[in-house]
Amino acid sequence: MASAGLAGVSGAACPLMRLVTMSSVPILQQLHLEERLLRCTPDNWCIINDSTAPATIVMGVSGRVSELVEIQPVLRDQVPVVRRFSGGGTVIVDQGTVFVTFICNKNAVTGLQPFPRDIMSWSGQLYGKVFDRFGEFHLRENDYAFSHRKFGGNAQSITKNRWVHHTSFLWDYDVKNMDYLKIPKRAPEYRLARNHTDFLCRMKEYIPSRSVFTDGVIAALGEHFSVQPMDLQAILSSHEEFVPSTKLVSQQDLEEIVSSKESFRV
Amino acid sequence: MALRLWARSAANALKLSGTGGARAAAAPAFSISRFVSTVHDGLKYTQSHEWVKTGDGVATVGITDHAQDHLGEVVFVELPEPGTTVSAGASFGNVESVKATSDVNSPISGEVVEVNSKLSETPGLINTSPYEDGWMIKVKPSSPGEADALLDAAKYTKHCEEEDAH
Repeated sequence: MASAGLAGVSGAACPLMRLVTMSSVPILQQLHLEERLLRCTPDNWCIINDSTAPATIVMGVSGRVSELVEIQPVLRDQVPVVRRFSGGGTVIVDQGTVFVTFICNKNAVTGLQPFPRDIMSWSGQLYGKVFDRFGEFHLRENDYAFSHRKFGGNAQSITKNRWVHHTSFLWDYDVKNMDYLKIPKRAPEYRLARNHTDFLCRMKEYIPSRSVFTDGVIAALGEHFSVQPMDLQAILSSHEEFVPSTKLVSQQDLEEIVSSKESFRV
Repeated sequence: MALRLWARSAANALKLSGTGGARAAAAPAFSISRFVSTVHDGLKYTQSHEWVKTGDGVATVGITDHAQDHLGEVVFVELPEPGTTVSAGASFGNVESVKATSDVNSPISGEVVEVNSKLSETPGLINTSPYEDGWMIKVKPSSPGEADALLDAAKYTKHCEEEDAH
Protein backbone atom coordinates (compact mmCIF):
# COMPACT_ATOMS: atom_id res chain seq x y z
CA MET A 1 0.00 0.00 0.00
CA ALA A 2 1.44 3.42 -0.99
CA SER A 3 2.03 5.73 1.96
CA ALA A 4 0.08 8.96 2.24
CA GLY A 5 1.75 12.10 0.98
CA LEU A 6 1.29 15.77 1.70
CA ALA A 7 -2.10 17.13 2.63
CA GLY A 8 -4.23 18.31 -0.26
CA VAL A 9 -6.25 21.51 -0.42
CA SER A 10 -9.01 20.04 1.73
CA GLY A 11 -6.52 19.00 4.41
CA ALA A 12 -7.03 15.31 3.69
CA ALA A 13 -3.89 13.35 2.82
CA CYS A 14 -3.46 12.62 -0.90
CA PRO A 15 -2.08 9.26 -1.98
CA LEU A 16 1.52 9.39 -3.05
CA MET A 17 2.34 9.07 -6.76
CA ARG A 18 5.96 8.53 -7.71
CA LEU A 19 6.89 10.37 -10.91
CA VAL A 20 9.52 9.09 -13.33
CA THR A 21 10.42 11.34 -16.25
CA MET A 22 12.72 10.16 -19.00
CA SER A 23 13.54 10.88 -22.58
CA SER A 24 14.23 8.72 -25.63
CA VAL A 25 14.13 5.46 -23.70
CA PRO A 26 13.46 2.49 -26.02
CA ILE A 27 9.84 1.39 -25.73
CA LEU A 28 10.80 -2.20 -24.92
CA GLN A 29 12.77 -0.98 -21.90
CA GLN A 30 9.89 1.28 -20.85
CA LEU A 31 7.39 -1.58 -21.03
CA HIS A 32 9.68 -3.87 -19.03
CA LEU A 33 9.94 -1.16 -16.38
CA GLU A 34 6.16 -0.75 -16.29
CA GLU A 35 5.55 -4.47 -15.86
CA ARG A 36 8.10 -4.59 -13.07
CA LEU A 37 6.59 -1.63 -11.24
CA LEU A 38 3.08 -3.04 -11.68
CA ARG A 39 3.88 -6.57 -10.48
CA CYS A 40 6.67 -5.97 -7.94
CA THR A 41 5.93 -2.71 -6.12
CA PRO A 42 3.01 -1.48 -3.99
CA ASP A 43 3.31 2.14 -5.11
CA ASN A 44 1.46 4.44 -7.48
CA TRP A 45 3.57 5.57 -10.43
CA CYS A 46 3.43 8.03 -13.28
CA ILE A 47 5.97 7.44 -16.04
CA ILE A 48 6.57 10.03 -18.73
CA ASN A 49 8.89 9.11 -21.61
CA ASP A 50 9.35 11.95 -24.06
CA SER A 51 10.24 10.36 -27.39
CA THR A 52 11.63 6.92 -28.13
CA ALA A 53 14.15 5.30 -30.43
CA PRO A 54 14.38 3.23 -32.51
CA ALA A 55 10.99 3.46 -34.25
CA THR A 56 9.16 0.35 -33.06
CA ILE A 57 5.87 -1.39 -33.78
CA VAL A 58 4.04 -2.29 -30.56
CA MET A 59 1.17 -4.80 -30.60
CA GLY A 60 -1.29 -5.72 -27.87
CA VAL A 61 -1.12 -9.04 -26.07
CA SER A 62 -3.45 -10.89 -28.43
CA GLY A 63 -2.50 -9.26 -31.71
CA ARG A 64 -1.85 -11.43 -34.77
CA VAL A 65 1.21 -10.13 -36.57
CA SER A 66 0.03 -11.13 -40.05
CA GLU A 67 -3.22 -9.22 -39.61
CA LEU A 68 -1.73 -6.05 -38.18
CA VAL A 69 1.70 -5.56 -39.70
CA GLU A 70 3.06 -5.32 -43.25
CA ILE A 71 5.72 -7.92 -42.56
CA GLN A 72 7.73 -7.69 -45.80
CA PRO A 73 8.63 -3.98 -45.42
CA VAL A 74 9.20 -4.54 -41.69
CA LEU A 75 11.73 -7.27 -42.46
CA ARG A 76 13.29 -5.24 -45.24
CA ASP A 77 13.74 -2.17 -43.02
CA GLN A 78 14.43 -4.16 -39.83
CA VAL A 79 11.74 -2.42 -37.81
CA PRO A 80 11.48 -3.99 -34.33
CA VAL A 81 8.08 -5.50 -33.42
CA VAL A 82 7.14 -5.81 -29.75
CA ARG A 83 4.20 -7.67 -28.15
CA ARG A 84 3.32 -5.78 -24.96
CA PHE A 85 1.67 -7.09 -21.80
CA SER A 86 -1.49 -4.97 -22.06
CA GLY A 87 -4.50 -5.28 -24.33
CA GLY A 88 -5.51 -3.09 -27.24
CA GLY A 89 -4.26 -2.40 -30.73
CA THR A 90 -1.10 -1.76 -32.69
CA VAL A 91 0.93 1.43 -32.89
CA ILE A 92 4.24 2.49 -34.33
CA VAL A 93 6.19 4.73 -31.99
CA ASP A 94 9.19 6.94 -32.67
CA GLN A 95 10.82 10.24 -31.71
CA GLY A 96 7.50 12.02 -32.20
CA THR A 97 5.74 9.96 -29.52
CA VAL A 98 5.27 11.02 -25.91
CA PHE A 99 4.30 8.27 -23.47
CA VAL A 100 2.36 8.75 -20.24
CA THR A 101 1.66 5.79 -17.96
CA PHE A 102 -0.29 5.55 -14.72
CA ILE A 103 0.23 2.56 -12.43
CA CYS A 104 -2.14 2.61 -9.47
CA ASN A 105 -3.39 0.57 -6.56
CA LYS A 106 -7.08 -0.18 -6.96
CA ASN A 107 -7.92 2.04 -3.99
CA ALA A 108 -5.72 4.95 -5.10
CA VAL A 109 -8.76 6.72 -6.53
CA THR A 110 -11.75 6.68 -4.19
CA GLY A 111 -14.69 4.76 -5.63
CA LEU A 112 -12.90 3.70 -8.81
CA GLN A 113 -13.53 0.01 -9.63
CA PRO A 114 -10.66 -1.80 -11.39
CA PHE A 115 -12.47 -2.39 -14.66
CA PRO A 116 -11.43 -1.05 -18.08
CA ARG A 117 -14.23 1.41 -18.76
CA ASP A 118 -14.18 2.79 -15.22
CA ILE A 119 -10.44 3.43 -15.38
CA MET A 120 -10.72 4.98 -18.81
CA SER A 121 -13.52 7.26 -17.66
CA TRP A 122 -11.27 8.52 -14.87
CA SER A 123 -8.28 9.00 -17.17
CA GLY A 124 -10.46 10.72 -19.75
CA GLN A 125 -11.54 13.26 -17.16
CA LEU A 126 -7.95 13.82 -16.02
CA TYR A 127 -6.74 14.36 -19.57
CA GLY A 128 -9.72 16.61 -20.21
CA LYS A 129 -8.21 19.01 -17.70
CA VAL A 130 -4.97 18.91 -19.68
CA PHE A 131 -6.36 19.21 -23.20
CA ASP A 132 -9.66 21.12 -23.00
CA ARG A 133 -7.97 24.49 -23.44
CA PHE A 134 -6.16 23.40 -26.60
CA GLY A 135 -8.92 21.82 -28.64
CA GLU A 136 -12.20 19.94 -28.70
CA PHE A 137 -10.96 17.02 -26.61
CA HIS A 138 -12.84 13.74 -26.43
CA LEU A 139 -12.45 10.26 -25.07
CA ARG A 140 -13.93 8.82 -28.24
CA GLU A 141 -14.56 5.05 -28.21
CA ASN A 142 -11.58 4.60 -25.89
CA ASP A 143 -9.21 6.82 -27.93
CA TYR A 144 -8.04 10.33 -27.06
CA ALA A 145 -9.08 12.67 -29.88
CA PHE A 146 -9.42 16.27 -30.89
CA SER A 147 -12.81 16.34 -32.55
CA HIS A 148 -12.83 13.12 -34.64
CA ARG A 149 -9.10 12.76 -35.03
CA LYS A 150 -7.14 10.49 -32.75
CA PHE A 151 -3.92 11.66 -31.14
CA GLY A 152 -3.57 9.22 -28.27
CA GLY A 153 -3.98 5.45 -28.12
CA ASN A 154 -4.19 3.73 -24.76
CA ALA A 155 -4.25 0.28 -23.27
CA GLN A 156 -4.54 -1.26 -19.85
CA SER A 157 -3.55 -4.19 -17.75
CA ILE A 158 -5.47 -4.96 -14.57
CA THR A 159 -4.34 -7.26 -11.78
CA LYS A 160 -6.15 -8.24 -8.60
CA ASN A 161 -5.18 -5.07 -6.71
CA ARG A 162 -3.49 -2.78 -9.25
CA TRP A 163 -3.84 -1.46 -12.74
CA VAL A 164 -1.83 0.26 -15.43
CA HIS A 165 -3.20 2.68 -18.00
CA HIS A 166 -0.63 3.66 -20.59
CA THR A 167 -0.92 5.96 -23.56
CA SER A 168 1.18 6.75 -26.59
CA PHE A 169 0.54 10.35 -27.62
CA LEU A 170 1.27 11.50 -31.17
CA TRP A 171 3.13 14.76 -30.61
CA ASP A 172 4.24 14.23 -34.19
CA TYR A 173 4.45 11.24 -36.48
CA ASP A 174 6.12 10.19 -39.71
CA VAL A 175 3.50 9.38 -42.32
CA LYS A 176 5.87 6.88 -43.94
CA ASN A 177 5.96 4.84 -40.71
CA MET A 178 2.21 4.31 -40.91
CA ASP A 179 2.79 2.25 -44.05
CA TYR A 180 4.17 -0.53 -41.84
CA LEU A 181 0.74 -0.98 -40.25
CA LYS A 182 -2.37 -2.53 -41.77
CA ILE A 183 -5.76 -0.99 -41.06
CA PRO A 184 -7.06 -3.33 -38.35
CA LYS A 185 -10.17 -5.47 -38.80
CA ARG A 186 -11.37 -4.39 -35.39
CA ALA A 187 -11.50 -0.59 -35.51
CA PRO A 188 -13.60 2.01 -33.69
CA GLU A 189 -16.77 3.06 -35.47
CA TYR A 190 -15.73 6.69 -35.62
CA ARG A 191 -12.76 5.75 -37.77
CA LEU A 192 -15.21 5.27 -40.67
CA ALA A 193 -12.62 3.37 -42.75
CA ARG A 194 -10.35 6.42 -42.90
CA ASN A 195 -6.69 5.83 -43.62
CA HIS A 196 -4.07 6.72 -41.02
CA THR A 197 -3.54 10.26 -42.36
CA ASP A 198 -7.22 11.18 -42.23
CA PHE A 199 -7.85 9.44 -38.92
CA LEU A 200 -4.95 10.82 -36.88
CA CYS A 201 -3.78 14.29 -35.91
CA ARG A 202 -0.58 15.73 -34.43
CA MET A 203 -0.58 17.29 -30.98
CA LYS A 204 2.01 19.84 -32.05
CA GLU A 205 -0.65 21.49 -34.16
CA TYR A 206 -2.70 22.15 -31.03
CA ILE A 207 -0.23 22.58 -28.13
CA PRO A 208 2.74 25.01 -28.04
CA SER A 209 5.38 22.59 -26.73
CA ARG A 210 5.94 19.07 -25.36
CA SER A 211 6.78 20.51 -21.96
CA VAL A 212 3.47 22.42 -21.82
CA PHE A 213 1.78 19.04 -22.32
CA THR A 214 3.83 17.08 -19.77
CA ASP A 215 3.70 19.89 -17.20
CA GLY A 216 -0.07 19.91 -17.66
CA VAL A 217 -0.26 16.17 -16.94
CA ILE A 218 1.78 16.57 -13.77
CA ALA A 219 -0.38 19.48 -12.65
CA ALA A 220 -3.59 17.52 -13.26
CA LEU A 221 -2.18 14.58 -11.29
CA GLY A 222 -1.37 16.95 -8.45
CA GLU A 223 -5.09 17.53 -7.91
CA HIS A 224 -5.48 13.86 -6.91
CA PHE A 225 -2.05 12.80 -5.70
CA SER A 226 1.02 14.03 -3.92
CA VAL A 227 3.51 13.78 -6.80
CA GLN A 228 7.07 12.81 -5.86
CA PRO A 229 9.80 12.84 -8.54
CA MET A 230 12.00 9.73 -8.48
CA ASP A 231 15.47 8.93 -9.77
CA LEU A 232 15.22 6.68 -12.83
CA GLN A 233 18.57 4.97 -12.29
CA ALA A 234 17.62 3.81 -8.81
CA ILE A 235 14.42 2.24 -10.16
CA LEU A 236 16.03 0.55 -13.16
CA SER A 237 18.24 -1.55 -10.91
CA SER A 238 15.42 -2.84 -8.68
CA HIS A 239 13.61 -6.20 -8.96
CA GLU A 240 16.00 -7.51 -11.60
CA GLU A 241 14.80 -11.07 -10.97
CA PHE A 242 11.36 -10.31 -12.44
CA VAL A 243 10.85 -11.69 -15.95
CA PRO A 244 8.54 -9.45 -18.01
CA SER A 245 6.09 -10.89 -20.51
CA THR A 246 6.57 -8.07 -23.05
CA LYS A 247 8.70 -9.57 -25.78
CA LEU A 248 10.42 -8.66 -29.02
CA VAL A 249 9.03 -10.68 -31.93
CA SER A 250 12.08 -12.33 -33.46
CA GLN A 251 13.12 -11.96 -37.08
CA GLN A 252 12.83 -15.73 -37.41
CA ASP A 253 9.23 -15.64 -36.24
CA LEU A 254 8.43 -12.88 -38.73
CA GLU A 255 10.03 -14.84 -41.54
CA GLU A 256 8.07 -17.96 -40.59
CA ILE A 257 4.82 -15.99 -40.75
CA VAL A 258 5.69 -14.78 -44.23
CA SER A 259 6.46 -18.31 -45.40
CA SER A 260 3.48 -19.84 -43.66
CA LYS A 261 0.10 -20.02 -45.41
CA GLU A 262 -1.79 -19.69 -42.17
CA SER A 263 -1.64 -16.78 -39.72
CA PHE A 264 -0.80 -17.76 -36.15
CA ARG A 265 -0.13 -15.95 -32.94
CA VAL A 266 3.59 -15.65 -32.30
CA MET B 1 -30.38 -24.31 -9.25
CA ALA B 2 -32.02 -21.20 -7.87
CA LEU B 3 -31.14 -17.99 -9.66
CA ARG B 4 -30.88 -14.77 -7.75
CA LEU B 5 -31.23 -11.39 -9.38
CA TRP B 6 -30.11 -8.26 -7.71
CA ALA B 7 -30.64 -4.71 -8.74
CA ARG B 8 -29.70 -1.31 -7.50
CA SER B 9 -32.37 0.51 -5.59
CA ALA B 10 -35.06 2.17 -7.68
CA ALA B 11 -34.07 5.56 -6.31
CA ASN B 12 -30.49 5.14 -7.48
CA ALA B 13 -31.56 3.67 -10.81
CA LEU B 14 -33.74 6.68 -11.50
CA LYS B 15 -30.84 9.04 -10.88
CA LEU B 16 -28.43 7.17 -13.10
CA SER B 17 -28.89 6.77 -16.82
CA GLY B 18 -25.56 5.47 -18.10
CA THR B 19 -22.30 7.23 -18.78
CA GLY B 20 -23.86 10.22 -20.42
CA GLY B 21 -26.72 10.89 -18.03
CA ALA B 22 -27.22 12.64 -14.73
CA ARG B 23 -25.52 11.05 -11.76
CA ALA B 24 -26.36 10.61 -8.11
CA ALA B 25 -24.78 13.45 -6.13
CA ALA B 26 -22.73 11.10 -3.98
CA ALA B 27 -21.32 9.00 -6.84
CA PRO B 28 -17.90 9.83 -8.33
CA ALA B 29 -18.27 11.41 -11.77
CA PHE B 30 -16.45 8.47 -13.42
CA SER B 31 -18.57 5.67 -11.91
CA ILE B 32 -20.34 3.45 -14.39
CA SER B 33 -23.88 2.70 -13.25
CA ARG B 34 -24.93 -0.95 -13.17
CA PHE B 35 -28.39 -2.25 -12.64
CA VAL B 36 -28.68 -6.04 -12.73
CA SER B 37 -26.30 -9.02 -12.50
CA THR B 38 -27.11 -12.68 -11.95
CA VAL B 39 -25.74 -14.65 -9.06
CA HIS B 40 -26.23 -18.41 -8.74
CA ASP B 41 -27.04 -20.05 -5.44
CA GLY B 42 -24.88 -23.10 -4.83
CA LEU B 43 -21.67 -21.50 -6.10
CA LYS B 44 -18.96 -19.86 -4.07
CA TYR B 45 -17.48 -16.49 -4.96
CA THR B 46 -14.38 -14.36 -4.48
CA GLN B 47 -14.20 -10.64 -3.89
CA SER B 48 -12.35 -10.39 -7.19
CA HIS B 49 -15.43 -11.75 -8.98
CA GLU B 50 -14.59 -15.37 -9.75
CA TRP B 51 -16.92 -18.29 -9.01
CA VAL B 52 -16.20 -21.91 -8.15
CA LYS B 53 -18.47 -24.95 -8.30
CA THR B 54 -17.23 -27.89 -6.28
CA GLY B 55 -18.22 -31.53 -6.53
CA ASP B 56 -16.97 -35.07 -7.31
CA GLY B 57 -13.34 -34.19 -6.67
CA VAL B 58 -13.16 -31.54 -9.41
CA ALA B 59 -13.95 -27.84 -9.09
CA THR B 60 -15.04 -25.66 -12.01
CA VAL B 61 -13.97 -22.00 -12.13
CA GLY B 62 -15.08 -18.96 -14.10
CA ILE B 63 -15.82 -15.26 -13.74
CA THR B 64 -19.16 -13.88 -12.64
CA ASP B 65 -21.87 -12.09 -14.56
CA HIS B 66 -20.94 -8.91 -12.66
CA ALA B 67 -17.36 -9.23 -13.88
CA GLN B 68 -18.19 -9.92 -17.52
CA ASP B 69 -20.63 -7.03 -17.54
CA HIS B 70 -18.02 -4.62 -16.20
CA LEU B 71 -15.29 -5.96 -18.46
CA GLY B 72 -17.21 -5.54 -21.69
CA GLU B 73 -16.88 -7.76 -24.75
CA VAL B 74 -14.21 -10.38 -24.12
CA VAL B 75 -12.06 -10.79 -27.23
CA PHE B 76 -9.24 -13.03 -26.01
CA VAL B 77 -8.69 -15.48 -23.17
CA GLU B 78 -5.35 -16.77 -21.91
CA LEU B 79 -5.57 -19.99 -19.90
CA PRO B 80 -2.97 -22.26 -18.29
CA GLU B 81 -2.03 -25.70 -19.54
CA PRO B 82 -3.51 -28.77 -17.84
CA GLY B 83 -1.13 -29.89 -15.15
CA THR B 84 -0.42 -26.34 -13.98
CA THR B 85 -0.61 -25.71 -10.26
CA VAL B 86 -2.88 -22.86 -9.19
CA SER B 87 -2.99 -21.11 -5.81
CA ALA B 88 -5.97 -19.56 -4.10
CA GLY B 89 -6.01 -15.81 -4.73
CA ALA B 90 -3.31 -15.91 -7.38
CA SER B 91 -3.70 -15.26 -11.09
CA PHE B 92 -4.07 -18.26 -13.41
CA GLY B 93 -4.80 -16.46 -16.65
CA ASN B 94 -6.33 -13.34 -18.10
CA VAL B 95 -9.06 -12.03 -20.36
CA GLU B 96 -8.81 -9.18 -22.83
CA SER B 97 -11.63 -6.69 -23.27
CA VAL B 98 -11.89 -3.01 -24.20
CA LYS B 99 -8.13 -2.69 -24.76
CA ALA B 100 -7.35 -4.18 -21.36
CA THR B 101 -5.99 -7.44 -20.04
CA SER B 102 -7.51 -8.39 -16.70
CA ASP B 103 -6.07 -11.09 -14.49
CA VAL B 104 -8.36 -13.93 -13.45
CA ASN B 105 -7.57 -15.35 -10.03
CA SER B 106 -8.14 -18.89 -8.79
CA PRO B 107 -10.59 -19.22 -5.89
CA ILE B 108 -8.89 -22.42 -4.71
CA SER B 109 -5.54 -24.20 -4.80
CA GLY B 110 -4.91 -27.32 -6.82
CA GLU B 111 -3.98 -28.74 -10.19
CA VAL B 112 -5.60 -27.72 -13.47
CA VAL B 113 -7.09 -30.86 -15.03
CA GLU B 114 -9.00 -29.31 -17.92
CA VAL B 115 -9.36 -25.96 -19.65
CA ASN B 116 -12.29 -24.77 -21.76
CA SER B 117 -10.85 -25.01 -25.26
CA LYS B 118 -13.97 -23.39 -26.77
CA LEU B 119 -12.84 -20.04 -25.37
CA SER B 120 -9.97 -19.78 -27.85
CA GLU B 121 -12.39 -19.58 -30.78
CA THR B 122 -15.38 -18.12 -28.93
CA PRO B 123 -14.16 -15.95 -26.05
CA GLY B 124 -17.57 -14.24 -26.00
CA LEU B 125 -19.00 -17.30 -24.23
CA ILE B 126 -17.73 -15.63 -21.07
CA ASN B 127 -20.13 -12.75 -21.77
CA THR B 128 -23.13 -14.78 -22.93
CA SER B 129 -22.85 -17.70 -20.50
CA PRO B 130 -20.46 -16.86 -17.65
CA TYR B 131 -21.68 -19.65 -15.35
CA GLU B 132 -22.16 -22.45 -17.93
CA ASP B 133 -20.55 -22.49 -21.37
CA GLY B 134 -18.08 -19.76 -20.34
CA TRP B 135 -16.38 -21.82 -17.61
CA MET B 136 -12.61 -21.37 -17.73
CA ILE B 137 -10.72 -24.14 -15.88
CA LYS B 138 -11.38 -27.30 -13.90
CA VAL B 139 -9.20 -27.88 -10.86
CA LYS B 140 -8.45 -30.91 -8.70
CA PRO B 141 -8.43 -29.23 -5.27
CA SER B 142 -5.39 -29.72 -3.07
CA SER B 143 -7.16 -28.45 0.06
CA PRO B 144 -10.68 -29.87 0.30
CA GLY B 145 -12.99 -27.48 2.05
CA GLU B 146 -10.97 -24.44 1.00
CA ALA B 147 -13.95 -23.13 -0.94
CA ASP B 148 -16.08 -23.11 2.22
CA ALA B 149 -14.34 -19.91 3.32
CA LEU B 150 -15.41 -18.05 0.18
CA LEU B 151 -18.49 -15.86 -0.20
CA ASP B 152 -21.89 -17.45 -0.66
CA ALA B 153 -24.39 -15.96 -3.10
CA ALA B 154 -25.90 -13.59 -0.57
CA LYS B 155 -22.56 -12.24 0.63
CA TYR B 156 -21.28 -11.91 -2.91
CA THR B 157 -24.41 -10.02 -3.93
CA LYS B 158 -23.87 -7.62 -1.02
CA HIS B 159 -20.22 -7.22 -2.01
CA CYS B 160 -21.20 -6.24 -5.56
CA GLU B 161 -23.85 -3.82 -4.35
CA GLU B 162 -21.31 -2.14 -2.05
CA GLU B 163 -18.77 -1.82 -4.88
CA ASP B 164 -21.31 -0.38 -7.27
CA ALA B 165 -22.64 2.02 -4.66
CA HIS B 166 -19.38 4.00 -4.66
